[in-house]
Amino acid sequence: MASEPQGGLTEYIQHHLQHLVPHAAKEGFWAVHIDSVTVSLALGVIFCLWFWLKARKATSGVPSKGQAFVEMVLEFADGQVKDVFHGDRRILGPLALTVFVWVMLMNAMDLLPVDLLPVITEELGIKHFRAVPTADINMTFAMSITVFFLTLFYSFKSKGFGGYMRELFTAPFGSHFLLWLPNLALNIVEMVSKPVSLAMRLFGNMYAGELVFMLIAGLFSAGAGLAGWALYGAGIIGYTVWGIFHILIITIQAFIFMVLSVVYISMAHDHH
Amino acid sequence: MDQVAAHIVQIAQIQGFTAIALGLIIGLGALGACIGIGVMGSKFLEAAARQPELMPLLQGRMFLLAGLIDAAFLIGVALAMYFAVANPLLSSLAG
Repeated sequence: MASEPQGGLTEYIQHHLQHLVPHAAKEGFWAVHIDSVTVSLALGVIFCLWFWLKARKATSGVPSKGQAFVEMVLEFADGQVKDVFHGDRRILGPLALTVFVWVMLMNAMDLLPVDLLPVITEELGIKHFRAVPTADINMTFAMSITVFFLTLFYSFKSKGFGGYMRELFTAPFGSHFLLWLPNLALNIVEMVSKPVSLAMRLFGNMYAGELVFMLIAGLFSAGAGLAGWALYGAGIIGYTVWGIFHILIITIQAFIFMVLSVVYISMAHDHH
Repeated sequence: MDQVAAHIVQIAQIQGFTAIALGLIIGLGALGACIGIGVMGSKFLEAAARQPELMPLLQGRMFLLAGLIDAAFLIGVALAMYFAVANPLLSSLAG
């Protein structure tokens, strides 16, 4: 049922855009998107177990291929942090690594065939299942708001309450008392725009990518007979081409999310 | 009968205007993103030709900026596709 469009492309896509929510709460605050939460948690656990196992078996001798890969990823993330942030990297480094690998894994769910997980879950009696957690705006906002709170925490920590308040009221224009309100307004706009743009960027990219996959899957499986099979073949080619291009987007978006998180947090450490 | 015809005309009108809007969103967004990527890519090649030893550093920055430039366009595409497959503006007519 989920593999071919019934009642047209629109219905096929609308069916695929529905999240799995608990029966008790169809909408409102408690309509938790179980699919996003499950997939993201599973991927987080996989990431932690994978890196932990490699770290536990690490040798200073000739590294195995798995260890070399983990070291490469770790040094890449740490190098990016080192470029931006000059200070103690004991928290920011692991944070950047976690954000990068986790977001990357969640984005990589886009490379699974769009119908694979929905078909499997449908066998289990679950009607809607969306596999890509980062194509869920709640997920991306959850991550960006966490980064926002971290920036607040580090602002208070590195400047103290008074120092941070003075910066909020006097930072861009000057310390004349008439400029306090404009300063504060501008700082609030800056503060709010960061998590919003961070979340919207990741969400927009992943959502658009997922929709293109769905459009390809829906459009090219609509034919019948021999022409249908020819269309199907063209669909496979189109799906592959977009998939290969999407690998680039997946990596770049994970990378950007990591770098911008690090930049925002290290900006919180800067004194004006 | 007249009411049904009027209803169809209204739906067609909304769909037509939405289609124009989609074209504008995707077309203008693509235009801007392409100009941005083009300017950045040319500058990157110039800089890399002048100072090849900076290549690795610049490459990272370039991909970061490519993602930033692409993002606004792709958000636009996501919005446009949402309107293309499930037009929320039509819901006001349903009632």
